[in-house]
Amino acid sequence: MNTQEPIEEVAVKTWFKAAPTEKFPKNAGACIKYKDQQVAVFNFTRENKWFACQNLCPHKMEMVLSRGMIGEENGVPKVACPLHKNTFSLTTGESLTGACDAITTFPVKIEDGYVWVGFSD
Amino acid sequence: MKTIIVVGNGMVGYKFCEKFVAQAPKEDYQLVVFGEEPRVAYDRVHLSEFFEDGDAERLLLAPKTWYETNGIQLHIQEQVTDIDRSTKTISTSKGVNYQYDTLILATGSVPFVPPIRGVEKKGVFVYRTIEDLEETLAYAETVKGGKAAILGGGLLGLEAAKAVMDMGLEPHVVEFAPKLMPRQLDTRSSKVLQVKLESMGINVHLSKATNQILGNGAITGMEFGEDDILDVVMLVVSAGIRPRDELGKNAGLEMGTRGGIVVNDQMRTSDPNIMAIGEVALYNQMIYGLVAPGYEMAQVAVDQILGKTASRMAAEIDMSTKLKLIGVDVASFGTPFMPAEKGHSIIFENKTESLYKRINVTHDGKKLLGGILVGDATDYNMLLQLYQNEMALPENPEDLILGSRGGGAPAFGSVMDLPDTAVVCSCEAVTKGDICCSVLEDGNESVKAVSKATKATTGCGGCKPMVVDLVTESLKSLGKTVKVQLCEHFEYSRQELFDIVKLKDIQDYDELLDLVGKGHGCEVCKPAVAAIFASIYNETANKQPAIQDTNDRYLANIQRNGTYSVVPRVAGGEITPKQLMALGRIAQKFDLYTKITGGQRIDMFGAQLHELPLIWEELIAEGFETGQAYGKSLRTVKSCVGSTWCRYGMDESVSFAVEIEHRYKGIRSPHKFKGGVSGCIRECAEARCKDFGFIAVEGGWNVYVAGNGGANPKHAELLAEKVDKETAIKYIDRYIMYYIKTAQPLTRTAAWLEKLEGGITYLQNVVINDSLGIAASLDAEMQALVDSYKCEWKEAVETPEIRARYAHFVNSDAPDDSIEFVSLREQKMPKEWA
Repeated sequence: MNTQEPIEEVAVKTWFKAAPTEKFPKNAGACIKYKDQQVAVFNFTRENKWFACQNLCPHKMEMVLSRGMIGEENGVPKVACPLHKNTFSLTTGESLTGACDAITTFPVKIEDGYVWVGFSD
Repeated sequence: MKTIIVVGNGMVGYKFCEKFVAQAPKEDYQLVVFGEEPRVAYDRVHLSEFFEDGDAERLLLAPKTWYETNGIQLHIQEQVTDIDRSTKTISTSKGVNYQYDTLILATGSVPFVPPIRGVEKKGVFVYRTIEDLEETLAYAETVKGGKAAILGGGLLGLEAAKAVMDMGLEPHVVEFAPKLMPRQLDTRSSKVLQVKLESMGINVHLSKATNQILGNGAITGMEFGEDDILDVVMLVVSAGIRPRDELGKNAGLEMGTRGGIVVNDQMRTSDPNIMAIGEVALYNQMIYGLVAPGYEMAQVAVDQILGKTASRMAAEIDMSTKLKLIGVDVASFGTPFMPAEKGHSIIFENKTESLYKRINVTHDGKKLLGGILVGDATDYNMLLQLYQNEMALPENPEDLILGSRGGGAPAFGSVMDLPDTAVVCSCEAVTKGDICCSVLEDGNESVKAVSKATKATTGCGGCKPMVVDLVTESLKSLGKTVKVQLCEHFEYSRQELFDIVKLKDIQDYDELLDLVGKGHGCEVCKPAVAAIFASIYNETANKQPAIQDTNDRYLANIQRNGTYSVVPRVAGGEITPKQLMALGRIAQKFDLYTKITGGQRIDMFGAQLHELPLIWEELIAEGFETGQAYGKSLRTVKSCVGSTWCRYGMDESVSFAVEIEHRYKGIRSPHKFKGGVSGCIRECAEARCKDFGFIAVEGGWNVYVAGNGGANPKHAELLAEKVDKETAIKYIDRYIMYYIKTAQPLTRTAAWLEKLEGGITYLQNVVINDSLGIAASLDAEMQALVDSYKCEWKEAVETPEIRARYAHFVNSDAPDDSIEFVSLREQKMPKEWA
């Protein structure tokens, strides 16, 4: 799960039906469990967009990113780790504050009122 | 490896070493220094300070270890006795020979003792070294109360007069010329100074040529002419200096007719391998008895040795001086007295106030040529700059010394008007540009930091006021040019947003963003705006969770492994045994690590997200409420036991602390804030390290504001003295409310007050004297916040939608299995980071 490339939609082998959309807080994140993985899912209500990434912050290896504040920097959607405010792009996974490894991002789609997250396995 | 030998370890000799080691590659040069005095170089300029505390160490320019650290071979109490130019060797009083590649003569000068009959008598001293002073002092002890003469009314002579007065003798200054400080002052200013000095007990005798010194063995008086005798028991000779040039003379170097080793503008003597700097060097037919030109010579010598051959001594040397003589300002600069064909003088004199100001301007009144100031030299630095930089003068040049009359802008404009090349610190040759650059580009944000980086103010210190202004102005310009805007989404400061939210009655973050912001927000503006909503509407963090920092969103403090800590309020640190047991029981049940905090309460660590509502349910059932340890809000009000138990207590500090903690609990602010209440001045509650503090004194409470511990500890400042409790609360109400409304995000009260123009005095005016006319509204706003308090954890556990936020997974009830603990002293702690 520490691969640094975003998982593109074309590479998706499994679309995982995570939870109904209303379970996710507005303009914030929540964590879903997929097999043994923790994945952070973000509901950008204002922009009507969804993003997903690993829940693990690569800085101190803690499962916390889903509790981070979301936002946007020059149009790039991002999440700020709640521990030390390192920020990551939710489109490329790269560290915007510079100090960290990139994180893995996953494609998200909304169907039948459910949030679906795409995995490559 | 080349050997540089420096003969003389005085101020200029030291400055050479300092500049040399700072610039020369260590591996290429060996520096060897000889000094004949028992001490390493010290600050002779401030010699009279030696009397104030007798602490010679304090005068040292650098400790002995400095030489060692910098690889300098130091020989003190070893005099260089001879130079052999053919073999490039010197020999010393210890009979040792040393070879040099370059020899620096910085032997300085000796006091000039005129050949007066009887000058060898006991009780006659010179004023130059610490040893001279010590001998004088020892003798003065034996003749205390008597009259003492100082021969010479120059700069040093007057310093010596002050020293003599401090020794308990009656000083009489004897000067050959018809005026004091003949090199610096004109007759009228000398008269003003004389009147002032005499009013302070320093007697002045002008136009006196001493024929002989009277006394049988020890001095008893001075004879100036027939029947003109001054009875004195001691004499300090300060009649000028003579260069210590014997070494050069004996070595056959070119000498001046009246002494001094001749140097060119590279500081080289007639032997290119020998340089001379400081008071021994004769440059342009002159010996310069001031520190600044000596330092400049040291710089040129260093540059020449290191191959920077373009570095030359200026043809004209600035002899401007400013000093405080016995508390009287005296300054002269440029051409202090001047023939009428060169320009006009503007003179202001007021003997009753001991004031004299003279400026010399060109005939067209456009340029400043020089001047003299006695009694008030506040404007010296600016005048000197106007002169040195040939800056245009105001329309009425007299405004420069009289101040602009009839209102309007000050005559001098701002220090920022100076050109970047203006030399502000002449001792260290630091320009205005250097100082501003140090602030603006190198990020030095205090006078201290700037001094350290540039060395400005470290010489005579005369430029300090100007450096302070430059630093302040540069910082201000930083504040202005760096636009105060919250982030890329809001082009407003926090204070501006505060007003917008309030005036337009905006209720949520998106509404504000749509109205005055752009884009979609970020982790900087969201919590800042959240705090504004909280301050205006006193809404809890539960209402708009997505814009809260993680701690506020989950009402707990996130810890390094992603678990949280829980802190219930224990107001004033007062807790019942029953409450203690309840906390113990709950902590044990949820297996939490417990610790007493610095704010006199109990912190319980290691709670997982999903456990938080469960823990709080039990805490609330036991009567606890949230402690807001997670919020930018009131933390605790620390107290000592006060008069309830303490035998020293002046008042009930615990009761006051409990009351005030309940008053301010839950109030959101730009940063966390803390309080303290001490029952007496022993200050066990450390109230002066808090954002607000009360200390009980005879007759009421002293009220302190804007202190903090943390990264930049700062003691609080006194806001009001001996006020009753109600008044104390009223003042703090207004202070906190004013802080909440005007501070930038994440600015503690101390930093806020520091930036508040006018500082504590201004704050006192706002809070106590209602200078802004806002006291009533501050009172009302604070009361509204106090009245609308509710425990946000109670709200959270009782509201299912809020409770639902505390699940680790939205698609599973499983807990987070990635969290691991290890044991620590019978408790637990997070497993180390991988």
